[in-house]
Amino acid sequence: MTKMLTTLRKGDGGKVIGIDAGKTATKRLYEMGFNTGASVKIIKNDSGPVIVSLNGSKMAVGRGLAGKIQLEATEQNAGCI
Amino acid sequence: MDKKTIALVGNPNSGKTTFFNMLTGANQYVGNWPGVTVEKKVGTFTHNRIEYDVVDLPGCYSLGAFSEDELVARDYILSDDADVIVNVIDASNIERNLYLTTQLLEMGKKVVIALNMVDEAKRRDISFDLDALSRALGAPVVPTVASKEIGKDALIEAAIAAMDEDKEPVNPVAYTDAVEHHIEHLHALLEERALPYPADWTAIKIIEGDADIAQKLHDMRVDEDVLQGVDNFRRYHGSDSFELDVVDSRYAFAHRVAEQAVVRPEQEVVTLSDKVDRVFTNKYLGIPVFALIMLVVFQLTFAVGQDLLGGVAVEIIEGLGGGIEAFLELIHAPAWFIAFMNDGAVNGVGAVIEFVPLIAVLYLLLGLLEDSGYMARAAYVWDDLMRRFGLQGKAFISMIIGFGCTVPGIMSTRTMDNRKDRMITLLITPFISCGAKLPIYLVFIAAFFPSYGGLVLFLLYAFGIFVALVMAKVFNQTMFRGESSYFIMEMPPYRIPTVKNVLRNMWDNVSGFIKKAGTIIFLVITLLWVLAVLPTSVEPYSEFSLLGRIGAFLAPIFRPAGFGTWQEAVALFAGIPAKEAVVGTLGMLYAGQYLEEGMILVDAIRQHFTPLTALSYMTMVLLYTPCAATLAIVAKETKSARWPVFMALYTFAIGWLVAVIVYQVGSLFIG
Repeated sequence: MTKMLTTLRKGDGGKVIGIDAGKTATKRLYEMGFNTGASVKIIKNDSGPVIVSLNGSKMAVGRGLAGKIQLEATEQNAGCI
Repeated sequence: MDKKTIALVGNPNSGKTTFFNMLTGANQYVGNWPGVTVEKKVGTFTHNRIEYDVVDLPGCYSLGAFSEDELVARDYILSDDADVIVNVIDASNIERNLYLTTQLLEMGKKVVIALNMVDEAKRRDISFDLDALSRALGAPVVPTVASKEIGKDALIEAAIAAMDEDKEPVNPVAYTDAVEHHIEHLHALLEERALPYPADWTAIKIIEGDADIAQKLHDMRVDEDVLQGVDNFRRYHGSDSFELDVVDSRYAFAHRVAEQAVVRPEQEVVTLSDKVDRVFTNKYLGIPVFALIMLVVFQLTFAVGQDLLGGVAVEIIEGLGGGIEAFLELIHAPAWFIAFMNDGAVNGVGAVIEFVPLIAVLYLLLGLLEDSGYMARAAYVWDDLMRRFGLQGKAFISMIIGFGCTVPGIMSTRTMDNRKDRMITLLITPFISCGAKLPIYLVFIAAFFPSYGGLVLFLLYAFGIFVALVMAKVFNQTMFRGESSYFIMEMPPYRIPTVKNVLRNMWDNVSGFIKKAGTIIFLVITLLWVLAVLPTSVEPYSEFSLLGRIGAFLAPIFRPAGFGTWQEAVALFAGIPAKEAVVGTLGMLYAGQYLEEGMILVDAIRQHFTPLTALSYMTMVLLYTPCAATLAIVAKETKSARWPVFMALYTFAIGWLVAVIVYQVGSLFIG
């Protein structure tokens, strides 16, 4: 099921399937590890930027940008590699 | 034999600075990059009685053309000045770090991998097959813990061995068929054109749509058919997703390497860092925790820097001044020279030196915050609020650093990958009250608001932030309208600050401050002194002196703000080279001698100001034109003479306007 990063809750996991942002922002996100197929796990998503675990590091993504990251939701609370 | 050079490349937060400090110790200096005036750090170390240079490249996630830092790093690597590249990698975070590595391999450079912070990885239950890692990358891998100096010798030996090897590095990344096809095609076009860059790398950059490389090819006047080919590629494939495909291919390689060489636990270990973050980034607690931390920083700065150590500094200066005076009298130096040494050199420069302990403590504490990883959290908790003013969280880091000194505050905008955010932050940072303005407030507070000192100071600082945010909003909706802004930031794990890093950082800043005292401030004070005592036919320090006449010419500008005497005008202009000179100049002109503190100066201030004009004067000082060092760094960072001129004028206008409002509105109430 396709979801936006901002709609996932703490503990949820997902795989990046696409980014619907401007060219520069998209490339930046890709370079920071949000590339096709990357698995992310939500650490915090209440107010302010969303914090996710990605490739073993924590990344904070502003809400505006996070709302443009499309994910395929994997199981809730799935262990993220 | 030429001295060999090692260049350090790595992600931000990979421990690269610690690594640089481990390799070079105290043997460091700051230079400029060839061609650009961005500062670079160079150090040396000696191994087997041979000295080597180490160049610390700016930390970056990629070697594209995103930020100034990336361009500087990439241009240096391409210049072939380094004999080997040491790529510092955060062991806990291997994929994203290898993303940078793939780009070094694409460039065909000799690379040695320092797998850093393996201790932290071990705590997170991550283990490595070093041989597999090395094989997959085609480069030697050395595990290190830079903060504990583990792996130093092994790394140095591997780096030196790699320098002499003449094995051709291969690019291990497998791109998509379409990309491979275009690389081949562009390679054929680019080879044997005597380009200063590898043909394959250049081809990849063109496929990525890299604007910088296209510009450079153009500037190099390569053959017309090459430019034509590049242009055609951009025309026909500009809207294809090749650049994202290339990123995906690099990451696919990184993932494959990680699969072969890294063993990670099923479930990520919850670290202490994660627990601390639950409080520090909490929706409700984040900002109060931040406020508390900053309060402690400022309280400690004053308690230790001023109350505990400040007196010692004053005594040293006074003792030194007395000694110099006695010596000059002993050798019968001319009276004017003694007067100059006293008024100008000793008191003028001394006035600045007195603040060294304060600045040192502030930098020590800010360095601790930075090295511990807290700054990223501060940026995080403020992002939401900053966004309402058209800024992003990272701007807040620059503002915090600006409390210490505007110059490093402005330099820290380099990490922003977005021009709009960077320019706006750079333009508003001068409103954040810096350490050098503090003495000015302290004198006025002592004269008029002795019982409300803390409150007045707090209000001034808060007002500075307020004006900065309002101006951010204004810039956002005028000059930089429509440009996009986004926030993406790594939140590194909390780490125990390294003593070496923190002290090094403090020393770099403090020595810069002392140097400033010895040069710019000394020159300003000398010039003012000369102008104040000439021509010799009139009374020194009077309105008939040259300085008095200049001041009288300028004074009417400030009359609507309530402080229209020539002395007050001169003091403000003396503050443009360096803010420290404001109080000193007022003292020299009002008390007839150069004074920095003490009751004579406070009395003189009390005679010439009212509480209201004191307030409007302090507001002016808070907001008006930043010091020359700030304007110089703005020129450097923006590579333009227009921005610093714009900054000087617009801040002056805002300072003046607000001071006038304070005075005029205040007058209505007082009558």
